[in-house]
Order: sequence, then C-alpha cells, then structure tokens
Amino acid sequence: MEKIFDRPHSLSDFVLSYCPGCTHGVINRLVAEVVDEMGLEGKTVGVCPVGCSVTAYNFFEFDMQEAAHGRAPAVATGIKRVHPENLVFTYQGDGDLAAIGTAETVHAAARAENISIIFVNNTIYGMTGGQMAPTSLVGQVTQTTPYGRKVENQGYPIHVAEMISTLRGACYVERVSVDSVPNIKKTKAAIRKAFECQMAGKGFSLVEVLSTCPTNWGMSPVEALERIRTEMMPEFPLGVYKDCTETGGVR
Amino acid sequence: MSKVLMKGNEALAEAAMRCGCRFFFGYPITPQTELAAYMAKKMQKNGGTFLQAESEVAAINMVYGAAGAGARVMTSSSSPGISLKQEGISYIAGADLPCLVVNIVRGGPGLGGIQPAQSDYFQATKGGGHGDYHLLVFAPSSVQELADMTSRAFDKADEYRMPAMIMGDGMLGQMMEPVEFKEFADPASLPAKPWATTGTGMKRKKNIINSLYLTPEELENLCVEREKRYDKIRATEYLYEEIDTEDADIIIAAYGTIARVAMSAVQQAREMGIKAGLIRPITLWPFPTEAFAKRAETAKCFLSVEMSMGQMVEDVRLSVNGKKPVYFYGRTGGMVPEQDAIVAEIEKCLKNS
Amino acid sequence: MAKVMINQERCKGCGLCTSVCPKKIIVTDLETLNDKGYRPAKVTEPDKCIGCAFCATICPDCVITIYK
Repeated sequence: MEKIFDRPHSLSDFVLSYCPGCTHGVINRLVAEVVDEMGLEGKTVGVCPVGCSVTAYNFFEFDMQEAAHGRAPAVATGIKRVHPENLVFTYQGDGDLAAIGTAETVHAAARAENISIIFVNNTIYGMTGGQMAPTSLVGQVTQTTPYGRKVENQGYPIHVAEMISTLRGACYVERVSVDSVPNIKKTKAAIRKAFECQMAGKGFSLVEVLSTCPTNWGMSPVEALERIRTEMMPEFPLGVYKDCTETGGVR
Repeated sequence: MSKVLMKGNEALAEAAMRCGCRFFFGYPITPQTELAAYMAKKMQKNGGTFLQAESEVAAINMVYGAAGAGARVMTSSSSPGISLKQEGISYIAGADLPCLVVNIVRGGPGLGGIQPAQSDYFQATKGGGHGDYHLLVFAPSSVQELADMTSRAFDKADEYRMPAMIMGDGMLGQMMEPVEFKEFADPASLPAKPWATTGTGMKRKKNIINSLYLTPEELENLCVEREKRYDKIRATEYLYEEIDTEDADIIIAAYGTIARVAMSAVQQAREMGIKAGLIRPITLWPFPTEAFAKRAETAKCFLSVEMSMGQMVEDVRLSVNGKKPVYFYGRTGGMVPEQDAIVAEIEKCLKNS
Repeated sequence: MAKVMINQERCKGCGLCTSVCPKKIIVTDLETLNDKGYRPAKVTEPDKCIGCAFCATICPDCVITIYK
C-alpha cells in the first residue's frame, strides 16, 4: 500500500497552536499542500498577522515574517518588491484584515500588488477571547456585543470579497469555505489559483475562507461547521467575485 | 566628483541611492516633499523601487518587509508622519532589522506647522514607540553632512542590525548648499544578510523575521543582548564637534542648523570678550556624554539652544551631572532662535552663575 | 484495501473526522486519554476503510495518514 495522504513537506512538524477543531489548521495545511504541489517551498515567503495565526511562522517550513496587526499586506508589498520572483502571501484573520488592516488590504489590491492574501473569516476575534469582528453577523453575541450586534450601534458586517472585487487591481477574488470535505477541496483549488495568478504576474489575488471558532462561538467543532452553513453562508455567499486570470490579468 | 548645488532633501536622496539603497517607501508631507519627489524621478532609473504608500503606517511596514527581505531600504517623513511610524519602528527594532528613517522635523505638536523645529528630540532619542529599544540618531547641520551621514547611517544600521534615523529640519531640507557625493556603490557589494527572508531555495533552514516572544525569559534575553549592543554603541559611536571650549566659561550645546546660529553667537561673544564655546552633538543617540562631562570641570555653565521648549537640555544636564548649572534658551513652533538673542542669553547666564 | 493511521498523541479529540467518515468507522476513543488529556479518535473497523481520506482532509491538526 502506498501513502496517499500525509502531512505536506512545507507544513512543519510543530504542534499547531489552534484550539481543537478550529479550521485554521485545515487552511494552514491547504496552503502548505499547494506550495508543495507547485514546487515553491524554496521560493515562498509568508506573512502572518496578529491573531490566532500569529505564530504561523512556526507552522511552515518556508521563510516567514510576522507583521504588525493589520499591516501584513504592506509587509508583503515590501518583500515582493525586493523579491518579485518569489511567492509572497499573507495569511490574515477578519480582525487583522477587515478592521485595522482595511486600508492596507484595499490599497494592495488597488495597486494590483502581485501578492496573494488568504483571508480567514470566522466572524470573531479569536486570540483575544471572542470580541466582535467587522464580519460579525447582525445579532451575533460576542464579548463586546453581549446583547447581540445591533445595527444602530455597530452597523453591518463587511463583505471583503465583494468590496475588493470592485478594485481594478484585483485579478482574482473568491470566497470559499472549509465547512465540508468538498468545500475544503474547493478552497484548496482557490488557493492554488491565487498562487498561480501571482506567479504568472497577473496581479492581486484574495481568497476569503469562511472558517470556524468553536471556542468563542461556544459550540462543539462539528456544530461550528454547521453554523458556517446555516448562518454565515447566507450572509457571505460563496463564489468567484472576480477572475481576470483567463484574460491575461490586470497588470 | 565635483561639488553641486543641491537642496538638502534631494542631496539626502541622492546620497542614499549612491550607497546602495534601492527601496524607498514614503508618503507626502511638507517639509520633506522634495526627497520623495526626487526618489520618484530617480529611483527607478537607478534600478530601484519608489512606492508612495497609502499612509505612513503602511510605508514603515513596507520598510519592515523589505528590510526583512535583506534590502537596503528607507522611508522619509516629517514629525506627524514619524509619529504614525512609531509602532513600525518599534517592530523593526524588535526584529533587529536595519533601515533608515528620515525625519525632516516641523513645528508640533499635533498638525503643528510646516516651519523647521527640533521638538521631536525626545521621540527620536528616548524611543517614541513601545519597549526597550533605541535608534541610531544622526543630526547633520549642513547639506554636505546630510549626505555623509546618510551613508554612515546605512552602514551603522547594517553593522548593528537596527533602525537609524536622520533628524533634519525644514531649513536643512529645503536650503541649497554645495555638496560632493561618493561614487555609486554596487548593492551587490553590500554586507551579506544570511538572516533575510529571500526564500530558502531548499538549501537552508527557514529564516523568520519576528518580534513576538511569548515566553518572558526569551524576550528578556533578547532585550539584554540588544542592550549589550547599545552599550558598545554608546562607548564607540558618538560623534560631536567642539569649538573654543578649552578656555570657555560658558559652553553652548546646539545641534543641526541651530548649531550654525549658535556658532555665530559664540564668535560675537568672543569679540565682546566673553569666553564662549560650542559643543555640537552630531549623533543624538548615542549622546556625546563625555564631551560635556569633561568640560563640566572647566566651564562655569552650559546653555542648550534648541528649536523646542527644551528637550536636549535634559541630556546635557545628565552629562554634566549637577557639577555646573545648565540653562536653556529656545524658540519653537517654527520660530528660529536669533544670534543676538542667544548672545543676550549668554550674558544673562554668566551673570547668574 | 486502505489503512488509516491516527497519531493519537497529537489528536485534540475535536471529532471532525468522526462526522465525515462515509463508513462511520471513526469514533472518539472513550477508553484513552492522551498526554494532553484529549480523547483521541480511533478507527473501529479498519477493514471497512475505503481510503477516501475524508477524515484526513478535515483534520485540523494533520494527525491522520492514509495508505491505499
């Protein structure tokens, strides 16, 4: 018998620091699998955010930089300008990207910066114990919206994939989910397409991944997958929001 | 290479490219505008990257990324912009990355004004960001020295793996003076950076650029190690100029463009029979402590003259260590101390001590 | 024939694999506690495994290796 599924080479042997059942771990692995399959481990520089994946520099075998909260797209821009031939990606949560890092994300896309962003949307701040995020749903109870997110007080969740897809510098933008095995495979395909878009120099790419936070949602890991389907997907529809990869990109 | 007449801001940019800087990330702000404009015109032609970021916060983080990727990289701004960059500078120091940050200081606080000032001294030398860290801070007082300090700042930043700052002011940035440049250095000839994130090439273990250390022992060890480097710098890297101080009864402390006004005041006082002298710090960190401590034995008093409400005066007092009185005279908000006013201050101080 | 290897020491007992196995042959091992105090997953009837790797695909900690 042959080994048909194993830990990807560019995923280090480190015990991942994520909570039990948190699908950050799945997404980390998918990134590593795609890097392996594209043979890019030696040319990849990843940028991790401040949030649950802040120590992702321990989880990959390729060069990593840890960015200040929200600034990963700027750090990645600096790296990519120095090493345009490398694969440079950021891995960010919804607090890091859609709250403090909104400007960096919008402008990296507007500049058609040739980097890829893996944006993990779990509608909450995980690392700091469950506060409201810009993607928290209306009515969602969090530590900082103990009576549920109220429109008149905290407004509406931000739809990053839709927002970024309006920028001409964005070449490929898709929202995917890791709530089920088929969707995990689609997520991997989206990450692959984003990295290929970058390596072909076609411009900015962003993959928004709907993900879970069992601990701060107060649910079991399996129930948390269900919440993605029943509550998050209606608010954040999956799909390709922009794809100029066939028409030669945007640069 | 013969001398050319050039604005300070542009001379700094030219010097930076000549010593191998190929990456500039900036954001528009008076009075450093010409620096970025010059980079916009010339950087690409020199095979480098000029990028105007969406904010000073983004710019300093692009510097972090490029520095971590092993490039000689800089950014420039003015006071309010430098405040926005403080978190990034703390990260750059915390990740032991070399880079150059230029502050063409303007009146503050807040939006302040656009005229020259020196009221960012504390921010630059005492650490405007969080945590135990320092920057190498150079304070040139002429366009030639601005150019010379630029290449020195890059070299020392690489040598000690830390951020360096050049503190100019609106006058120095926008005045023209003759300046001579070194020949173009080939970026490939710069010191190797094996720690940089260039991609492992599958030939080495991964490199990590990071300032997060959740175990306190580890973070403390790093700070202690860094402090050893800082101690070596304090002992060996301070620069200053001393004029007429051997027999001086009163010694002026002044840096940057104001040192030139103070120099005229010293000469005027000498002509009036007053034994005055000048110590001009060229590095603000490390501060030339010994220079003042030594003269505290002979001089009657010291007078710090600054374009601020009095910031460097504290370091002069620390250096003099109570042996002699240290007075302060300054204008701020963009006002520039005048020669006659400094002479009047000299006379007043001597009467008091 | 296929085989599922679960690194019980690294498993955090999250149960995601148990929810996707088409053959329902992965369960939480109620008799075992690993060093971290988690009840790891285990395969009940290995011979029924069809090697689809669904369990490994959804495992957040990459503790499952599949042979086929």
